[in-house]
Amino acid sequence: MKNIAHSPMGLPEPIIVTPAHVADGYWRGVLGRLMQDRLTVLSCGILLIMLIVIVFAPVFAPYSPTDGSIARRLRPVGTPGHLLGTDELGRDMLSRMIYGGRFSWFIGITPVALALLIGGSLGIVAGFFGGTTNMVIMRVTDVFYAFPSVLLAVAISGALGAGLGNTILSLTIVFIPPIIRVAESVTTGVRNLDYIEAARASGASASSLVRIQVLPNVLGPIFVYATGLVSISMIIASGLSFLGLGVTPPNAEWGLMLNTLRSAIYSQPLIASLPGLCIFVTSICFNLASDGLRTAMDVRA
Amino acid sequence: MIERMPDRGGPQQPLLIARGLTKHFPLSKSLMRRREVVQAVDNIDFSVMKGETLGIVGESGCGKSTASRLIMQLIEPTSGEVIFDGESIGRSGLSLKKYRRQVQMVFQDSYSSLNPRLTIEESISYAPMVHGVPKSKAISRTHELLEAVGLAPSQYARRYPHELSGGQRQRINIARALALHPRLIVLDEPVSALDKSVEAQVLNLLIDLKKQFDLTYIFISHDLNVVEHVADRVLVMYLGKIAEIGPVDSLFSDPAHPYTQALLDSRPSMDPSRRRTEPPLFGDPPNPINPPSGCRFRTRCRKAWGLCAEQPPPFHQIKPNHSASCHAVALEAERVSE
Repeated sequence: MKNIAHSPMGLPEPIIVTPAHVADGYWRGVLGRLMQDRLTVLSCGILLIMLIVIVFAPVFAPYSPTDGSIARRLRPVGTPGHLLGTDELGRDMLSRMIYGGRFSWFIGITPVALALLIGGSLGIVAGFFGGTTNMVIMRVTDVFYAFPSVLLAVAISGALGAGLGNTILSLTIVFIPPIIRVAESVTTGVRNLDYIEAARASGASASSLVRIQVLPNVLGPIFVYATGLVSISMIIASGLSFLGLGVTPPNAEWGLMLNTLRSAIYSQPLIASLPGLCIFVTSICFNLASDGLRTAMDVRA
Repeated sequence: MIERMPDRGGPQQPLLIARGLTKHFPLSKSLMRRREVVQAVDNIDFSVMKGETLGIVGESGCGKSTASRLIMQLIEPTSGEVIFDGESIGRSGLSLKKYRRQVQMVFQDSYSSLNPRLTIEESISYAPMVHGVPKSKAISRTHELLEAVGLAPSQYARRYPHELSGGQRQRINIARALALHPRLIVLDEPVSALDKSVEAQVLNLLIDLKKQFDLTYIFISHDLNVVEHVADRVLVMYLGKIAEIGPVDSLFSDPAHPYTQALLDSRPSMDPSRRRTEPPLFGDPPNPINPPSGCRFRTRCRKAWGLCAEQPPPFHQIKPNHSASCHAVALEAERVSE
């Protein structure tokens, strides 16, 4: 072997670069970009305030959500003592909205989180191993995909009966297939990249490859997609409650309140639409936050 | 701490022997038609001696990268086997995990071969940790390797790949390949994506590391000048087959195969009087789905005649260690001996 121009050290001179600085991680960069997106910050702010209010519901709610008096039914918004009026059974609307948020948020987020766990793992497994494993998982997914999501949720809830647990179960089943799809496609894209090959060439086991090499690269897109599902989940959950398949009375839940107040739509239209407004604002905020997160995470290098 | 695996067969035993290595990628899965395959690598035999650098050259699509992945055991060969220091790889011989400790690879694309979510330190220490080295030792080994490839650990260990330049990233890839104390490194176009100035630095680094760590290289490239500079022996591939193999000096000064001649002629010359106006080679490489019968190069060869279409040319030894797979070469040699 021959050698061209050489430094006396025997090794090429190290390339001098900018002075050492604290490595800023990927997520720190994402956070920085996120903070510059005003719409996303606003949505996250609204969601945060809502979260605080519903978590500390007993502090913020002036009355119990289930105590009411027929004598005080359907008071308009702004009635002294009842800031947002009362519902068809004379219960304080503000208190019911705050307590209802607890259920709505719970059945909005829990199914998505469960589906993220189950669907995400299945999708990553399908994408990483490919071949027959992929075929089996994806074809089964396709079967569930064939049904419209609302119909599937109604069918499962209808078969299992009303109740919080069954609502969450049915929504989880509804959300697993789309998350599998996203996880599978992202993982398939990553699987054949050189760095996975290089890691495989080091003799690593499949589980180590998935955990250390694949997961950090696919979790972001899957998570963003799941965030977007939270709003859909809340809407479907409210829809199920509206149909009497979700949360059971006298518990407060936004969808259920929308249902019970629908008879008052002509006499007190504002009160009847308040729970709907809550669902709308929450789901819009989740959507915008998810969009912002996607944009912030998309930026490469 | 991981130690280098001991030498087994002595210096005369080839470090790696590829025997009848073949990879056919299935193409269509339609039921009606005959199952078509791309003959990416077709029945190649070669050996790599201990301590040498074997250059593999050829056009795009001739099977260089498939060959490297076959050697790395990253894809299953359709047939044939790889023998490492006298042991075949697989169930009966050397286990895949042990083989992978001894053979590592550097990829062409320095960016896509580093995990964008892992720091340099995490990327390099991954392989030793897979092989059971405790984290603190793997990290200190990583810092040694960063020094060895000319990057200050204090500056680079905690960085992410996108913060580095192409040359720096390729140094990281080389450091990662060294992490397991390998004996053989497959370099798949390691400098093709780099600027000329950086290319020279990385090549010199590779040459130095080879001495320092007592390595054997398989150096894959389409750049003949680079191969001439680093390789001891050169293997020329055409359409999944070996066209010619021989020592670098002999092959570059006296190429026997018409394809090697054309390849060498295609290099731009610094001498204006030697500049040519017509291309040394006409046409494109044929489709590897339906390679030409007999000699695969005959469709573009100026010396081709009837026999070339009928049977594949045998390997003909021209000089010691230098042989070419060509009917014309064999015929000429016969004439001379008569």
